[in-house]
Amino acid sequence: MAATQVLKSEWTKIRSVSSTVWTLGLAVVVTVALGTLISILSRNDHDNLDARDRLAFDATFISFAGMSLGQLAMIVFGVLVVSNEYSTGMIRTSLAAVPQRGVFLFSKVLVATLLAFAVGLATSFLAFFVGQAMLGPYRAQIGDPGVLRAVIGGGLYMTLIAMFSMGVAAMLRSPMLSLGILMPFFFLISSILGNVSATKKIGRFLPDQAGSKIMQVKTPFADDTPYGPWGGLGIMVAWVLVALLGGYALLKRRDA
Amino acid sequence: MIELSGLTKRYGEKVAVNNLTFTVHPGIVTGFLGPNGAGKSTTMRMMLGLDNPSAGDVRIDGKHYSQLKDPLKYIGALLDAKAMHGGRSAFNHLLCLAQSNGIPRGRVREVLDTVGLTAVAKKKAKGFSLGMGQRLGIAGALLGDPEILMFDEPVNGLDPEGIHWIRNLMKSLASQGRTVFVSSHLMSEMALTADHLVVIGQGRLLADTSMSDFIRQNSRSYVRLRSPERERLLDVLHQEGVTALAAGDGTLEVDGTAAAQLGELAARHGLVLHELSPQQASLEEAFMRLTAESVEYHAHSDHAHSGHAGVSPPERAPGWGEGWQQRRKGA
Repeated sequence: MAATQVLKSEWTKIRSVSSTVWTLGLAVVVTVALGTLISILSRNDHDNLDARDRLAFDATFISFAGMSLGQLAMIVFGVLVVSNEYSTGMIRTSLAAVPQRGVFLFSKVLVATLLAFAVGLATSFLAFFVGQAMLGPYRAQIGDPGVLRAVIGGGLYMTLIAMFSMGVAAMLRSPMLSLGILMPFFFLISSILGNVSATKKIGRFLPDQAGSKIMQVKTPFADDTPYGPWGGLGIMVAWVLVALLGGYALLKRRDA
Repeated sequence: MIELSGLTKRYGEKVAVNNLTFTVHPGIVTGFLGPNGAGKSTTMRMMLGLDNPSAGDVRIDGKHYSQLKDPLKYIGALLDAKAMHGGRSAFNHLLCLAQSNGIPRGRVREVLDTVGLTAVAKKKAKGFSLGMGQRLGIAGALLGDPEILMFDEPVNGLDPEGIHWIRNLMKSLASQGRTVFVSSHLMSEMALTADHLVVIGQGRLLADTSMSDFIRQNSRSYVRLRSPERERLLDVLHQEGVTALAAGDGTLEVDGTAAAQLGELAARHGLVLHELSPQQASLEEAFMRLTAESVEYHAHSDHAHSGHAGVSPPERAPGWGEGWQQRRKGA
């Protein structure tokens, strides 16, 4: 079984269902639109900031504000890519065609990841340039220190969110269960844990909190986060690996 | 050729498939028969490496399923008509399967043509009727032009024309020398298509026999006699050298003598007959008798029960479903 055959097959699968287009399309639109809106509001609000806040004003990070919502579409993309196999019964047909379950799962993940990265990177650049245009005089330049890293990091962040969702969906199989856990977790629970001082120290090791550090160019005032941008991304990668390996371990021994 | 040896599947305490050993040979259609819940689908899933056996194994031409390179070229299977993504077009569904096994794109059009779905190739599978879904599943099984084909309940949901088509398809595949393994819970369907029969009930092997042997052993025709002068009737029959079996409900059953002859015999001796009726035990009844002990989901209906009892011939084949009526009453 040549792996390239399976990659080709998985590409056909992913491009031939409409959920791919609308989840990824929604991720672009929501991220850019919300980022634009918040950039406009931030520009108008800039005069009201005190000196300390002006110093910490992170034009790059503000233009990524739409990701908090846009990542939900990435989660749906990641979940559906994997759990569609189970909810439709396609998994039996797929595994009869490709009995090497590791090859099957990782080909699927690789194809979906490359697609998510292409879309995520485009989204990140688009959100940055549109956002900066809205910020007018307070804009950051792509050549400023750390900015290019943050913009590419935004693409990586969206990709990793999708990959984490694929791993969770591979473990849970049901799309409803996977979305029911991931959506509230990333939209609400993670930010609550990260903002309440009692749980902050734990919250910042969650995948989205740690991963989003890469999109920051300026460190917020009195920030004592024990990792840098790449350290944070590393933590997120570790979460992704655990989720995917868990999904693989279960797929390997489970009856289809 | 598919070889099963000691194949067993347990779900906790429950044994779904119990120590199955049989071989499916090429060149013939092998029917896999059993009532609902007998373990047919579980067995077929294990044959395809989808479910892990608790014990025993399955070999396809001597290899485990997972050892097959491009398995669709060895064995094609229709498991469930709905085992596909409804949002994908028929063409793309087959294309992704073909690509995974290095099968050329042109073959997709060929099989779509074979199953008669060319006109709807670009349509999404969720708009398909059950019969069209079955055809698409069959197209997937044929895709790799495999030597072994497996169909799980292929006639489900097909209209009479479709049923006719699938019967001919299976026969022609077998006549090309391929191994064809098809499951069903309908004896009548198997009688028309299968050359060999494997019967299971509650996961256990009940019969592994050629279709013609099964018919010979089970489609017994006889004449039922009922008379108020039963003892005299027995004497008369005995004198004529006719063997009569006494059935439980006071009737007599005679093999190998025509009803007309028996009627004339009775008239010559001035015997009163209350019943003189030719009977034919159908294959369906033979199948039900065979699997009666192992039927998992009984319909508790006295009506149905007395109906079966009425046509059941006396115990002739010891071992097969012995004392099934008593067990059914107890169930």
